[in-house]
Amino acid sequence: MTVTLAHYLMLGGAVFTVGIIGIVLNRRNVIMILMAIELLLLAVNLNFVAFSAYLGDPAGQVFTLFVLTVAAAEAAVGLAILVVFFRLRGTIAVEDIQDLKG
Amino acid sequence: MTAPDLFFWLCAAVLMMSSVFVVSARSLVHAVFFLILAFLNAAGLFILLGAEFLGMMMLIVYVGAVAVLFLFVVMTLDTGQPGGTLRARLPAALAAGAILLLELAFVAFAGGPTEVPEPLPGGVSNTRALGRLIYTDYAALFELAGAILLVAMIGAIVLAHRYRPGVRRQDPVRQFVRQQGESIRLEDPAVGAGVSEQGR
Repeated sequence: MTVTLAHYLMLGGAVFTVGIIGIVLNRRNVIMILMAIELLLLAVNLNFVAFSAYLGDPAGQVFTLFVLTVAAAEAAVGLAILVVFFRLRGTIAVEDIQDLKG
Repeated sequence: MTAPDLFFWLCAAVLMMSSVFVVSARSLVHAVFFLILAFLNAAGLFILLGAEFLGMMMLIVYVGAVAVLFLFVVMTLDTGQPGGTLRARLPAALAAGAILLLELAFVAFAGGPTEVPEPLPGGVSNTRALGRLIYTDYAALFELAGAILLVAMIGAIVLAHRYRPGVRRQDPVRQFVRQQGESIRLEDPAVGAGVSEQGR
């Protein structure tokens, strides 16, 4: 079976679905949610690169580069916030994070 | 089925499995390692698609930086997840190693030029084409990405930095304005007299 664009898109969709399931499945764990978000971005990147390759337009890979940048920044800031929260409260369970609630 | 197709199915299968394990792993450390495996296989797919630069970027940025960051935080925060015994983990570990070995052997023995989708007309390399785009059409966005990274870096440092009392810190301004006269004092003490803190 020859691999076509559809295969890559299906793979991307499947990984994206797994990421969504992961967010719902691990609602109680912030680090798990962050990792699932990384999976989501990975799936999107896969779609971008697959389209870029099969349409012969490298612009899609530029977008992937930017997604990569934002993902790295998001991970760094998110984890820094987690570290600070853990230092203040001694826990990172999601249900305990409700200080901003009105 | 040609060699690239086989490589696609291998990478896709491992990517799928490891992403499932990321979201279902009981231990956070295991999840991070499966995330690394997922990134590795995604990088393989990128290279298969002709996006070598992005494949290498995936390895450097995700495996080298983001995953290690996750690992540090997971190990620092002690969220108290239980792990299995070594004997229970052994089969899965061996299977993971065997699959990775299979991939590596595949790359080593596949050999020869294989037909992959040619992303770029004109015969320039992937990195060169990407560089041309980044520094021309997308220059503004590229600068913006750099700004985002800078803000994220400063933000992460400011957030995670902790001021502790009683720790001697460097004061650059004081170091710069310091003159020779207040730093060096020549003494000529008499024998047995010694030197006091304030001078004679």
